[in-house]
Amino acid sequence: MSDPALAAPRTWRSPTAEIRPVRALLIGIAAVFIGVFLVFPLVAVFIEALRNGVGAYFGALGDADTQHAIWLTLMVAAIAVPANLVFGIAAAWAISKYEFRGKAFLITLIDLPFSVSPVIAGLIYVIMFGSHGYFGPWLNDHNIQIIFAVPGIVLATIFVTFPFVARELIPLMDEQGTQEEEAAISLGASGWQTFRRVTLPNVKWALMYGVLLCNARAMGEFGAVAVVSGHIRGLTNTMPLHIEILYNDYQWVAAFTVASLLALLALVTLVVKSALEWRFGHELTGGPR
Amino acid sequence: MTTLAITPMARPWRQPSVIPGFGLTFGFAMVYLSLIVLIPIALLILRTTQLSWQEYWAIATSERVVAALRLSFGAAVIAAAVNTVFGTIIAWILVRYEFPGKRLLDAIVDLPFALPTAVAGITLTAIFAKNGWVGQFLEPLGIKVAYSALGVVIALIFIGLPFVVRTLQPVILELERETEEAAATLGASRPQTIFRIVLPTLVPAMLTGFVLALARGVGEYGSVVFIAGNLPYRTEIAPLLIVIRLTEFDYNGATAIATIMLAIAFVMFLTINLIQAWARRRFGYV
Repeated sequence: MSDPALAAPRTWRSPTAEIRPVRALLIGIAAVFIGVFLVFPLVAVFIEALRNGVGAYFGALGDADTQHAIWLTLMVAAIAVPANLVFGIAAAWAISKYEFRGKAFLITLIDLPFSVSPVIAGLIYVIMFGSHGYFGPWLNDHNIQIIFAVPGIVLATIFVTFPFVARELIPLMDEQGTQEEEAAISLGASGWQTFRRVTLPNVKWALMYGVLLCNARAMGEFGAVAVVSGHIRGLTNTMPLHIEILYNDYQWVAAFTVASLLALLALVTLVVKSALEWRFGHELTGGPR
Repeated sequence: MTTLAITPMARPWRQPSVIPGFGLTFGFAMVYLSLIVLIPIALLILRTTQLSWQEYWAIATSERVVAALRLSFGAAVIAAAVNTVFGTIIAWILVRYEFPGKRLLDAIVDLPFALPTAVAGITLTAIFAKNGWVGQFLEPLGIKVAYSALGVVIALIFIGLPFVVRTLQPVILELERETEEAAATLGASRPQTIFRIVLPTLVPAMLTGFVLALARGVGEYGSVVFIAGNLPYRTEIAPLLIVIRLTEFDYNGATAIATIMLAIAFVMFLTINLIQAWARRRFGYV
């Protein structure tokens, strides 16, 4: 048995793996690319924000317009995310628990906002509610302002974050089928009880995942909101828009200070997202990963 | 519509089910979808009827619009191509290799999805401006990144990377090692196996990732407006031109450019579906 000819040669390597130098080279290329294009810009945000020290950083945060921008961003997300959450659940229930024709087309329509440029997402509401838009004159007569006001910002945000929750839930609930719900119904549960005690526990992590991504986009959206907001300081300025105003005013540190808050949000989003994927991966996709 | 759907008389387009709530959930989803997405987009397209064909054509072929579309599309093609090359390498090492920091690298790939575009825009400008961190070294070499078309490409590389990586990762994971083993058994060297067995199988996924990154790049606004110089005819992207037309209250001009971009987006969406249908027939995966 100890015939040296039968023992694996010392230089043996898997026939389906690259040689060591090639692996090292590829990992190096990937690390450098990600370092230059992703990590470096992220780090730069914090360094530029703290360029004049911690005092200047918190000084910039104390500005009234900045605080209003933070408040408005939180408020817009607090409306847009729950709205799309309710839609996502309703759409996923209708699509995954029943069989009807035209389902694939409906799913395509739900994903539509992702293929539309954010600027066009803003434009469609200006065309509807702007002063020269379809309903502009009527709204004007009744003193209702949508464009250049908060309702327009909320609408544009809802549009760009529209598919996030639905697209996480639909494939998962489809995969899970209808047997558990049918069992619950046959044992006398109401529709609401079935949803709350059977369906919801099965999809809760995917739901959180969708809400997380939806929220990150809602708080960070720039293009769509820029078109409908009118950039009125202290009134219709969300955090991303406020960054632009400060930046164009050459208030470099203040711009990066507000940017650093959004970068922190992005980091928290990434950490929670990764944690959900590692811990509950199989419950997000409906099968073992 | 809602009441019709919940009556026990089964409508032919839906199979009967004991699970309640179809009328409520389907009805709500349709109303919400129509109000937020379908009706506004339909009205946008309808708005172009206020223009005659000649007027529409004149806007679509005006020098400034053509220049903006060419820049948006050209920069997006270059950025998507760069991302396809590096994104494939990144997806490959994340699936096939084990190395320290792999999970961190995997997580950070999604940064462009999570980082607001305005933040990406100002920080990329800070890095690549002529007195910036990287820009100061490129400037003496005669390479101008910020406020040039190259800056647009850089921003779109940042935005598009995760589309390629996340499209390829599951496909590489599903690759059957047996074919690679068979190739090796039959005497193929590893490079031969990679270039003649593995990569051809990945082509549809690479194309899908390319088109997804391209589609996002053509419509991108936030990250680009800071780093591009926004000079008409030179560094002005198509979405910015829409915004400019809107601030001039030229709704028809804005609408015309927007419908051209919607048409481009639609063609790219069709392309993705064709690629995937072809891949399913040819390779048996999506």
